[in-house]
Amino acid sequence: MVVPSTTVTGGGVLTARIRVAMFSKILIANRGEIACRVIRTAKAMGIKTVAVYSEPDADALHVREADEAVAIGPAAAAQSYLAIEKIIAVCKQTGAEAVHPGYGFLSENRKFAAALKEAGIVFIGPDAHAIAAMGDKIESKKLAKEAGVNSVPGYLGVIKDAEEAVKIAKEIGYPVMIKASAGGGGKGMRIARNDQETRDGFRSASSEARSSFGDDRVFIEKFVEEPRHIEIQVLADGHGNCIYLGERECSIQRRHQKVIEEAPSPFLDEKARRAMGEQAVALAKAVHYKSAGTVEFIVDAKRNFYFLEMNTRLQVEHPVTEMVTGLDLVEQMIRIAGGEKLKIKQSDVKLNGWAIEARVYAEDPLRNFLPSTGRLVRYREPAEGPAVRVDSGVYEGAEISMFYDPMIAKLVTHGEDRPSAIAAMCEALDSFYIRGLGHNIGFLSALMAHPRFRAGRLTTGFIAEEFRDGFQGVHLPEEARGDIVAVAAVVHQSYARRAVSSAPRFKNAAPVANGKWVVKIGKEQHEVTVVETAMGHAVIEGKRSRELVSAWQIGDPIYRGRVDNRPIIVQMERDGIGYRIAHGGAQLKVLVLAPRAAKLAGHMLEKTPPDMSKYLLSPMPGLLVAIAVQEGQDIKAGQELAVVEAMKMENLLRAERDGKVAKLHAKAGDSLSVDQVIVEFA
Amino acid sequence: MQEILRQLEEKRAAARAGGGQRRVDAQHAKGRLTARERIELLLDPDSFEEWDMFVEHRSSEFGMQDQKIPGDGVVTGYGTVNGRLVFVFSQDFTVFGGSLSESHAEKICKVMDQAMKVGAPVIGLNDSGGARIQEGVASLAGYAEVFQRNIMASGVVPQISLVMGPCAGGAVYSPAMTDFIFMVKDSSYMFVTGPDVVKTVTHETVTHEQLGGAVTHSQKSGVADLAFENDVEALLQVRRFIDFIPSSNREAAPPRPTPDPIDRDEFSLDTLVPANPNKPYDMHELIVKVVDEGDFFELQPEHAKNIIIGLARMGGDTVGIVANQPMVLAGCLDIDSSRKAARFVRFCDCFNIPIVTFVDVPGFLPGTAQEYGAIIKHGAKLLFAYGEATVPKVTVITRKAYGGAYDVMSSKHIRGDVNFAWPSAEIAVMGPKGAVEIIFRADIGDQQKIAERTEEYRQRFANPFVAGARGFIDDVILPHSTRKRICRSLAMLRDKKLENPWKKHDNIPL
Repeated sequence: MVVPSTTVTGGGVLTARIRVAMFSKILIANRGEIACRVIRTAKAMGIKTVAVYSEPDADALHVREADEAVAIGPAAAAQSYLAIEKIIAVCKQTGAEAVHPGYGFLSENRKFAAALKEAGIVFIGPDAHAIAAMGDKIESKKLAKEAGVNSVPGYLGVIKDAEEAVKIAKEIGYPVMIKASAGGGGKGMRIARNDQETRDGFRSASSEARSSFGDDRVFIEKFVEEPRHIEIQVLADGHGNCIYLGERECSIQRRHQKVIEEAPSPFLDEKARRAMGEQAVALAKAVHYKSAGTVEFIVDAKRNFYFLEMNTRLQVEHPVTEMVTGLDLVEQMIRIAGGEKLKIKQSDVKLNGWAIEARVYAEDPLRNFLPSTGRLVRYREPAEGPAVRVDSGVYEGAEISMFYDPMIAKLVTHGEDRPSAIAAMCEALDSFYIRGLGHNIGFLSALMAHPRFRAGRLTTGFIAEEFRDGFQGVHLPEEARGDIVAVAAVVHQSYARRAVSSAPRFKNAAPVANGKWVVKIGKEQHEVTVVETAMGHAVIEGKRSRELVSAWQIGDPIYRGRVDNRPIIVQMERDGIGYRIAHGGAQLKVLVLAPRAAKLAGHMLEKTPPDMSKYLLSPMPGLLVAIAVQEGQDIKAGQELAVVEAMKMENLLRAERDGKVAKLHAKAGDSLSVDQVIVEFA
Repeated sequence: MQEILRQLEEKRAAARAGGGQRRVDAQHAKGRLTARERIELLLDPDSFEEWDMFVEHRSSEFGMQDQKIPGDGVVTGYGTVNGRLVFVFSQDFTVFGGSLSESHAEKICKVMDQAMKVGAPVIGLNDSGGARIQEGVASLAGYAEVFQRNIMASGVVPQISLVMGPCAGGAVYSPAMTDFIFMVKDSSYMFVTGPDVVKTVTHETVTHEQLGGAVTHSQKSGVADLAFENDVEALLQVRRFIDFIPSSNREAAPPRPTPDPIDRDEFSLDTLVPANPNKPYDMHELIVKVVDEGDFFELQPEHAKNIIIGLARMGGDTVGIVANQPMVLAGCLDIDSSRKAARFVRFCDCFNIPIVTFVDVPGFLPGTAQEYGAIIKHGAKLLFAYGEATVPKVTVITRKAYGGAYDVMSSKHIRGDVNFAWPSAEIAVMGPKGAVEIIFRADIGDQQKIAERTEEYRQRFANPFVAGARGFIDDVILPHSTRKRICRSLAMLRDKKLENPWKKHDNIPL
């Protein structure tokens, strides 16, 4: 039976559920959103949960949400989330009968799976042999080939030297890709288009593989042009039943890091879907797979598909599959681990509508995606509902620490078709309110609005091709700007009206100026008239009139309403005499002035930004604890430069803009006076 | 009659023309507005009632008798800001360089006198080349008349100076004695002696901007409370500021209706104070999250950043906020921060504005610079200001409240009305480490013993309960309920009556 997708949204993952007998308590060997995600399903199934946490995670959401939480060590993952013995000890101590590993950390560690088995604890995932077989890139390709799965033409043997590499590359035909056997995350990967590049690529890939993975084996395969990343979700119960749950397209990646995923793929037809699904199932069966797994394919422009690798765990992007199939994958994993047989047959699997996931990262797209850490001073997620699901492991006031993955949340939307899922995503992004650290909401909005994305013409090179010079922000189309102008005028008029509401004398004071305002966005000026109507406001600009209806109240940083009956969400914060606005990926400074003030503002001089100092000065007298840069080093805005301790407090000094370090004028251990030069920039 | 009306129109036209189109254009070219344009932006539309448009100077020296412009270089009168009465004078740089003549001064004195009588703020827009030299001592007398009124009005009606052009020499002492000085970046400067004299006397080479520009005074000297980008921003910000302050010492600021609930919980405040006592956090977050709509009008944000001061509203009523800032110098008190906060506390007390104090203070800043600079007297100013203040005082200790600085920061002992502490509060003579090194001096060589003693001291004193046991803390509150608890305290204190003993005036350590 397939549960309608509307029940798999938001926090309510399949609530009314028969208690599962096999486990009464499970441990989640993970942190962040995925730990919270697993806890949510476990709770719905009536299973008690145990969280583990490292020191910096003591106040984390997964710790708060689990029934029990046990500290397992310091920040370094090797001593906490990767410490197999500690986690097994916690299982014994708390009586957890099974462990869900989430993704990352120990999720694909066959030693962990084996150690649990030995300790008599169930691993909610595949058996160690399947993990091992699929974990090795060369081994997995051999297995895939034997199982009749399409493979990228290539040579899977170990390559001795650069000359052998050239010989193989010629056989396959250029371009080729040289990859580390033990690789991942783009490390140890090189593209070669001729013999010389192959020689160079072989050497650098080998040495990178050695330093990154301690294993210098590399292999060569055909480089697929215009590639798409499409993966098949499989579910196998260890009783011989194995099904596929459609595909996910994850082509929108930045430096091999997935950013947007969707299900289904806008590219696959039913035939390709079935062919890929059946091959995925064949591979899973070949390794006696048990649990949820993902078979990744690379698909070329002619819908030829080739096996990439199999991930023997729950994927980050699993929610899009849940949204279109109505299944709870974590629940299925737990049931399978408990020995249940699959209750769904392949013919039960129906894909309902469209789902898109956007990964919200703590990074600053305007500063070349520099990672950002710190406190979530403001954090308001979009409201969850049938069309919106938010998987996150944070809350307002939580910290995004430097120690782990910088993902803040996964925002998932569902619609009857792709355009409606995209529209829901745009709205949800507009209402996602995050302050205190850099985030990529604006970039995600820009992706959603991109014509090529909307047309579904995706490749894994999408971001690199469409944002060649990085992300420069969004210039809103005229209609959207008009909407912003209207909202700003209405909001400003509300504040202006309130300001006179307590006037004790001179009751006829009229700063509201007959509803006439000039809205300035940068140099752009819009003359508008705001008219109060029975339902809300009409904002007239020239011949165009917009009807605005909203329950917005003074002081609320998010304006949510309708413009001409279209939904609109604008983040609008007061900033001095103006407003800071975020909408549709754009960040704007807006000033609403009375017409006379706007006219006089025309006399104001445009100021060139002050010459930024070429020096990093100590903001206070104190001790220079550390300098994080060296002479001649290029630095990015926001980068840590030095730490100054004063009054026993460590103060982090960061670069205000991109540049290069010319000279260091102080060294760690120096005591500094206020305004003393620490670093000179070129 | 016809003739009189014609003359009236002529004189009005002449007054409105000021120094003539050429000078007006020159003013505009510098990105500055004229005296009348400034008033237009400052006041509600059509609310300005101008006085003394026909006043002319009475000088006959150096050919001045032939140069008369009605209004004589200053536009004065009253009007409203969001319907509330204010008096205003605006110096007109296009007329005799805005220089101050005897009659120019008389015009200013007239609005000041009237403002005192009716109880309304005086806003001065300064843009003047200085004394009308042709008038000699008569001009100086004019300054002094204004100074005397600044002094008499101090604490009676709020006085705000917006310096929008030059203000040099003796002229600076009028703004200096007003409650707040706002400046416009790149177009205003204030100094007692200009760069040329400085060069002659001390051989220092310095520009106008460096010596007395808006940035200098809002960061280094602390003379200016705020620096704005241009005339328009400055004038509209003053409107915003007026909304927060009462019209005189006889009344409170009118309440501002707000949809922001007074019992709004802010759960994120529960994680504001880091577990590590040596890690800073931004006190602004606490302020912005507890005040109405997050609307905080900060003053002197760039000067003595280790203390934060400003106006906000809570439950619709204006409050003055004073808060240590752990992000800068660990939030310690030093000369600049003590002076900055002391003057603000006294302003609030003058004008019936309750004071909300957030405390995270590790003590006074040590060092020769501080001692030679008389931190003793300057620190005493803040202590004095808090102790003499009779307005409602609500205090929240978020973390450290060490030593004498604990006493200073609106403690119970200096008539704090309601004193709260967060669970993270540490109220003690000093931090555990320092304390142990004094109490157990003999153990200093023994790392382990010191560590044990430190832990013992921490257990004993690094909490709010020792102070609580003596009633110095009224309650330990959860951070997320801070807004509710302060709002309720302020509501309880609304009709507080407290009077200091009769005296001519006090003798605050200046």
